[in-house]
Amino acid sequence: MTWLEVDNLWVKFPTRNGIFEAVRGISFSLGEERLGIVGESGAGKSMTGRAILQLIRKPGQVSANHISLDGDDLLKMSKQEIRKIRGQRISMVMQDPKFSLNPVMTVGEQMMESYMLLGKKSRSEVRNKVVEALEAVAIRDPSRVFNAYPHELSGGMGQRVMIAMMLIPDPDILIADEPTSALDVSVQMQVLGILDKLVQERGMGLIFISHDLSLVSSFCDRVLIMYAGRIVEVCVADKLHEATHPYTRGLLKSLPRLDTPQERLAVLTRDPEWARAESVSGVK
Amino acid sequence: MSGIVIKNLNVWFDGAEERVNAVKNTNLKIVQGESFGLVGESGSGKSTILRALTGLIPTWSGEMNVTGERLGRHRTRQFYKKVQMVFQDPYAALHPRHSVDQLLSETLRLHGFSNVDRRIEKLLDNVGLGPTFRFRYPHQLSGGQRQRVAIARALAPEPEILLLDEPTSALDVSVQAEILNLLDDLRRAHKLTYLMVSHDLAVVGHMCKRIAVMQMGEIVEIMTIEQMRDLNPQHPYSRHLLESSLGYKRQKEQVPQKP
Repeated sequence: MTWLEVDNLWVKFPTRNGIFEAVRGISFSLGEERLGIVGESGAGKSMTGRAILQLIRKPGQVSANHISLDGDDLLKMSKQEIRKIRGQRISMVMQDPKFSLNPVMTVGEQMMESYMLLGKKSRSEVRNKVVEALEAVAIRDPSRVFNAYPHELSGGMGQRVMIAMMLIPDPDILIADEPTSALDVSVQMQVLGILDKLVQERGMGLIFISHDLSLVSSFCDRVLIMYAGRIVEVCVADKLHEATHPYTRGLLKSLPRLDTPQERLAVLTRDPEWARAESVSGVK
Repeated sequence: MSGIVIKNLNVWFDGAEERVNAVKNTNLKIVQGESFGLVGESGSGKSTILRALTGLIPTWSGEMNVTGERLGRHRTRQFYKKVQMVFQDPYAALHPRHSVDQLLSETLRLHGFSNVDRRIEKLLDNVGLGPTFRFRYPHQLSGGQRQRVAIARALAPEPEILLLDEPTSALDVSVQAEILNLLDDLRRAHKLTYLMVSHDLAVVGHMCKRIAVMQMGEIVEIMTIEQMRDLNPQHPYSRHLLESSLGYKRQKEQVPQKP
């Protein structure tokens, strides 16, 4: 089934030198799958994620034919209706726990706060649910973490707390914007393992935004490759090495590889034609 | 001849309640002209070794020798003429209100070079930036160009040893390839010794001949790149690190915990 459908999405920012188009008419769909979005900085990956939840601030403008969640167009909804969707049916995990958690509230308090928004429940009930959620993301000592402030946690723990917090309302879609790039490789695998389990057990749709090609190809089901605000190629993730677009090929070749030593790394030469070409459809 | 010799190095930080031992009893020998990598997770002490070498951390004990000279409490100007460091984040490492010309000429003047003008042009040329970049400010440069400027500044005193602290982790992969190629070329052209810290095994594997794996302040294994490529490390932690960097594996028991 398809959770989300995005049709002809544009994100524009007016600047002194005219309008800057961060995302230029992309279309894709998301089902019960792990959908990767890769590209370099400035390709429009994060803007795509934010536009879905309407987190683009003024003067930025979002337009699309439709962004539909289960058939309801998010663009036609009122602010109140969007607030009901945001965090409850579609959640987002940001890159850096340092900037996304409230530094003057304990982890438990802020998790409880987000849970209380969902409806009236007793504090002890909510508290138990929060501790459960912390356990679900493999935090070994949930009661300590519950009472800790964000600065008392390591990067990996902070990231897991954020994931736990996003999962309490049991969302249909999770948008993860570089959820592991601030983490060490070993912790990275742990966090990915948790996300993976959740997708499989809950039938969630996951949008995984990353700049790490090899990670995306080993973790996701399908990959959209973005360049200059457009989708230049859509691949099955484990066939990423067979990608045909010269940009994707260039990115892959510029990666140093553990298994095959190279004398020199290939350097990407950009063709202005890539930015002009029409966006490829990511609708499945 | 030996480039860097470290014997029984301990580095610690005095906290309010307890002392944090960041590096414990470390021994390391890097031959001149070699390119050596330090890998490990964050907090394992790899950057701390570099910072202790350059004199940025005063609380250390043991012995550190650089090109035969034993290091004391303070670093001399002669030391900084031999050893230079390139930092991780090119956005933070360059003074935002100094132009490229000011950044480079300050270093050159400090080290007592004459004909600064010609040297700046040559340095920019060395790192693949044209003379048009000379009067730009950091905010007018891309991430890759900034890192090139940072490398040019490190090369200014004509050092023998470059300490590289995650020089490409803040950059896109295509830019990373350019910077790694540049560092490779420079090493050959100037016969430099590299001590490189990275958490990316593929990057270290590309740049270095030997690597040391660190965990919780200790070096657990020193191996050659061939050993690493054959996926044949001896220590369980190195093996774990190597497996993690090969990509995500589905439905497999994850992550042995630290002992």
